[in-house]
Amino acid sequence: MKGLAKLYRMGEVEVHALRGVDLDLFAGELVVLLGPSGSGKSTLLNILGGLDTASAGEVVYREKDLTRAAERELTEYRRHHVGFVFQFYNLIPSLTAQENVAVVTDIAKRPMKPEDALSLVGLGERLTHFPAQMSGGEQQRVAIARAIAKNPDVLLCDEPTGALDSTTGIKVLEALERANRELATTTVIITHNADIAGIADRVIHLSDGRISEVSVNDVKKRPGDLHW
Amino acid sequence: MLDRKLLRDLWKMKGQALAIVLVIVSGVATYVMLIGTMDSLNMTRDRFYRDHRFADVFAQLKRAPDSVKAQIAEIPGIGTAETRVAADVKLDIKGFPEPVTARIVSLPDVGQPLLNTPYIRKGRMLEPYRSDEVLVSEAFAEAHRLSPGDTFGAVINGRWKTLVIVGTALSPEFVLQSRPGAISPDYKRYAILWMGRDGLGTAYNMKGAFNDVILTLSRGARAEDVILRLDSLLDRYGGLGAYARKEQISHRFLSEEFKQLQRSADIFPAIFIAVSAFLLNVVVSRTVGIQRDQIAILKAFGYSNLGVGVHYTKMVLVIVVAGIAGGLAAGTRLGEALGGVYMAFYRFPYLVFELRPGVALTAAGITTAAALAGTFFSVHRAATLPPAEAMRPEPPALYRRSIVERLGIGRLLAQPTRMILRNIGKRPARSLLMIAGVALSCAIMIAATFSKDAVDFMVDVQFTRSQKEDLTVTFTDPTSKKAVYELMGLRGVTHAEVFRSVPARLRFGHRSYRTSIQGIEPGGSLNTPLDSSLRPISLPEDGIVLNDYLGAILGIRPGDMLTVEVLEGNRPVRQVPVVGLVKQYIGLQGYMDIHALNRLMKEGGAISGAYLSVDPRYRAEVYKTLVEMPRVAGAVVRKEEIRNFYDTQAEALLFFTFIATILGGTIAFGVVYNSARIALSERSRELASLRVLGYTRAEISYIFLGELGLITIASIPLGMLMGREIASYIARAISSELFRVPMVIGGATYSLAAAVVVVSACFSGLIVRHRLDHLDLVAVLKARE
Repeated sequence: MKGLAKLYRMGEVEVHALRGVDLDLFAGELVVLLGPSGSGKSTLLNILGGLDTASAGEVVYREKDLTRAAERELTEYRRHHVGFVFQFYNLIPSLTAQENVAVVTDIAKRPMKPEDALSLVGLGERLTHFPAQMSGGEQQRVAIARAIAKNPDVLLCDEPTGALDSTTGIKVLEALERANRELATTTVIITHNADIAGIADRVIHLSDGRISEVSVNDVKKRPGDLHW
Repeated sequence: MLDRKLLRDLWKMKGQALAIVLVIVSGVATYVMLIGTMDSLNMTRDRFYRDHRFADVFAQLKRAPDSVKAQIAEIPGIGTAETRVAADVKLDIKGFPEPVTARIVSLPDVGQPLLNTPYIRKGRMLEPYRSDEVLVSEAFAEAHRLSPGDTFGAVINGRWKTLVIVGTALSPEFVLQSRPGAISPDYKRYAILWMGRDGLGTAYNMKGAFNDVILTLSRGARAEDVILRLDSLLDRYGGLGAYARKEQISHRFLSEEFKQLQRSADIFPAIFIAVSAFLLNVVVSRTVGIQRDQIAILKAFGYSNLGVGVHYTKMVLVIVVAGIAGGLAAGTRLGEALGGVYMAFYRFPYLVFELRPGVALTAAGITTAAALAGTFFSVHRAATLPPAEAMRPEPPALYRRSIVERLGIGRLLAQPTRMILRNIGKRPARSLLMIAGVALSCAIMIAATFSKDAVDFMVDVQFTRSQKEDLTVTFTDPTSKKAVYELMGLRGVTHAEVFRSVPARLRFGHRSYRTSIQGIEPGGSLNTPLDSSLRPISLPEDGIVLNDYLGAILGIRPGDMLTVEVLEGNRPVRQVPVVGLVKQYIGLQGYMDIHALNRLMKEGGAISGAYLSVDPRYRAEVYKTLVEMPRVAGAVVRKEEIRNFYDTQAEALLFFTFIATILGGTIAFGVVYNSARIALSERSRELASLRVLGYTRAEISYIFLGELGLITIASIPLGMLMGREIASYIARAISSELFRVPMVIGGATYSLAAAVVVVSACFSGLIVRHRLDHLDLVAVLKARE
């Protein structure tokens, strides 16, 4: 992405969420986007995921310019190339764990089986539970299974551990790390929790709508070694 | 400050609020329209009756000298009595080839008429002793564009006479100007004429005599007592049996109409009120759900339970008050319009439309009470919500597999379809109420428009299956059977069957009913009574068959002996066995083999008239000849009677169908739109998540609108069943001696109702679809549930 800028208009106030971001993401890497709240990281993720469009600059995904894509093309992009994990899981309450994953595999081109995706996140035994019958960590792992089940090229995670305690959070990160390792999915995790940065290949610091620092971890930590 | 919040909240949900307001408007407007119309017709009628001194008791007789009038006046309980000459005449209207008959009634030459005073609309009153001047009924004058000064021909007692119209008039006696035995007023072919007593008396050989008595009762007198004495007095003058006002044809039609309006006013507004209470319940409970945190904060800052309760009650009241105000305004307009429609049937000199404060208050009171009752639990929940609990989000709903899936066919369903089924199953009560609400809109349509099918069926049975004649000819007096040969000799008459019609009072035990017995030719093909399965029956040689409704009135069954008190000639009283019951939707009659009736009357082969089949090519010629035949009192053309019936009904039917369609559509829209908006607010997060996961707009629309669609589709058969039930209640409620409404609902009525429901649902679906297309994906993901 090049010169990416985003200007929000909140009533009569203009908010510069992004002020010129240049960034390349490489296939298979695990990137942690670190920054305080309001630094623009969610905006960046939304634009990367085709949920939002930039005010200026361009995002190119495999020669396709997402900044000029129509609504239908963005849907297509999300449908076949991107997996999302959100802070508040966003599962469909009326569907079981397995069905929540199937919601995505039903429309994907080369999905894995929902059961396999759930096994990958350690929930092979809880296929028939509804969201209301699961803990927060379990729900988030269902969300990860849902995100990876389509074999996405890019996995975008917005504060995936934000609503969880550290023990549960670590389990969730293990699931993400495993998916990245075994499926070679380009994974972007945004967080304000600096401790998580240890598991990344690259850590990108964002503040005030700009990239302030990029660091490369020579040795990646395993999620199990993290503490916060 | 809370009030400002209230107004902004309402503004935010203006679409939903408006939909509910519209349903309330419909309910209140229907109520006001129906009750208002009934009130105004009632007031108009009462005022017209009072100002024009409508009689309480009526009697016709053969002929009595004027001296009898003094004897009548002596009967205790009589207020004012007036004697008249009245007769049926044939008219010859230029440029109108069909047979026209008229009832001609005398007015005193000297002084004002004491009772049943005509209201002169145009022209002037008759001049004394002018035998060529007449007043004509306004409806007839309008139908033929006749004005004072115009002339027309009449055959009065066999003699041709040219009459001059000096004025057009209305009378309390002929508010409904309908030929006896006819199914609806026929302004083209039936007229009322008023003529000076001297002129008419001379023409009918009634100088110094009368054949019609009208009288009022003095205060506290009983009509039954007066009738008994009057009958015994008039017996020797050929009295046909006196009857009270409630049996007077015009008055009776009016009363039946009022009953009909009252029944409709009982049913339809209740449905609207119930639906609006349900909608308010849904909306308020959702609003309370969404505003939990706001309630918590209000309470945290010291607002009392009562304060919060009052706040949400006000929200309900604002909607209700807007609905009531709109309903009163619309109802008054519609009432005036409906009054106008009725004025085409009922000839009043004026229409007093006035909305009684009581009616408005009742409408407002019932609506408000229903709305408050419907929202009581939601408001109560808001008021008593503990602040700490209110801070937390509502607990997530627990879903289950739907029944369809548990039956094992779930495997065949894709996730979106499962979501639809589970969402319906999650709140079964709400889904059912929603189905019931939409079903009611369908039912309202059916109940309000089925009368067309019923009328079609009624006409089909009466005029196609039972009566097949082209023309019914009636003689002035019972005549020898030979008279029919004269008719058969007319060019164009292909077939004739004679009949004898005898006025009689039928008595069984303590119950009695005044009607006529129709003697018809056994094995005839032009007038055949039908059994309960509408198959023609052959009349037995002896005994009488009664209309089933008449049988029920008398409480008589086949095998019982019926007492027949003939009201004509020697007035014999006979015992006749009832041998069967026949189905007949219009009128109440008994049928006998004409020979049996002749035997009962101890007369030879006397006939009252004949049914004719006429070659269409010679119809006009036959009509013309009939006018000229002195013995023929009049003729009725069956086809014209049917067409006229539809013409008179058309406007009213159109009015009701139009109103019903709007109202049915309003309910369907109100229910579907509100439910959709509520569901959208509950599920926008889920739908946005799906969009983020790559679902297209069309796919999430399917998931969301599919649920509404399924509910709409499920509600249609239910609505049809409910519509049928309501229609059948109405049919039973408004069935009377004049006509019975058959429970027949045609495919077109069902289809129209279903179509209105579907179109309204699609319309609300489209509005919501617009919102679905503009879901804010990012905002939804940020917020916690």
